[in-house]
Amino acid sequence: MTGFTVADAVALLLALVVLGTAVAVVTLRNLFHCALLLGLSFFAVAGLYLMLQAEFLAVAQVLVYVGAITLLILFAVMLTQRVAGEPVTLGNRQKLLSAMACIALFSSVLSMEMATPWRVTGALVAQAAPTGGAAPGLTWDLGTQLLTSYLIPFEVASVLLLAALVGAIVLAKEDRV
Amino acid sequence: MGLLRLEFFLGVAALLFCTGLYGVLTRRNAVAVLMGVELMLNAANLNLVAFNRFVPSTTAAAGATPLAGQAFSIFVITVAVAEAAVGLAIIISLYRNFQHINVDDVNFLRW
Repeated sequence: MTGFTVADAVALLLALVVLGTAVAVVTLRNLFHCALLLGLSFFAVAGLYLMLQAEFLAVAQVLVYVGAITLLILFAVMLTQRVAGEPVTLGNRQKLLSAMACIALFSSVLSMEMATPWRVTGALVAQAAPTGGAAPGLTWDLGTQLLTSYLIPFEVASVLLLAALVGAIVLAKEDRV
Repeated sequence: MGLLRLEFFLGVAALLFCTGLYGVLTRRNAVAVLMGVELMLNAANLNLVAFNRFVPSTTAAAGATPLAGQAFSIFVITVAVAEAAVGLAIIISLYRNFQHINVDDVNFLRW
């Protein structure tokens, strides 16, 4: 490999962290450790987003996944085990079969991805500011597109979040009125 | 050409997806199953962002925009949050009724 740059090394390191923590999340016996490592995995995925020119998504990933979802999962782990941190029986009897199915899926997907001639083009370029001057950046473009081209999905997503919020409260509240 | 290619990110995402799938298939604890689902959603997001970076849509046909992949990822993140909130509420309700959250033993809806 000729040009192994610093960016390559960072990408490789991030990918190794993502995959290593993901394997730990699905194999460790202590659920509390699993939840903490899941947060680390989300964080490394945010780093990969940064390398893919998705700055807004990287920040949203840290806020939503690392901040909110990991915290929710930690709360659920602590609320549903009698003593937090105590190892619980986790696995079932289909480990070998599942591993074989996952490896088969991975190899078929990977061979398909390697065989497809992707039309790879250049890097993303931010559009120029409407008032002239330098381009404000990709986040500007993303916000503009979210509120023009994707306005209806955007509003539907807000209704979905409201429905999920109400549903979660109704499901989790005590039954005594 | 170094490591920062489309195939590298696709490979990482495929491995991440399969790891999450393994977790979903082998775990008995409902919270652990949910963790596997979150890993799989992250892998799908990584694919969307990687395609958006390396194969951006250049044609303006059918309302496609240059940042379509990132916009889709935002909606995937939104749906993942809703799924996590409702899923964990169901898990807590389950624990209140059964004193455990083993998905193998929750079969009262089975016909």
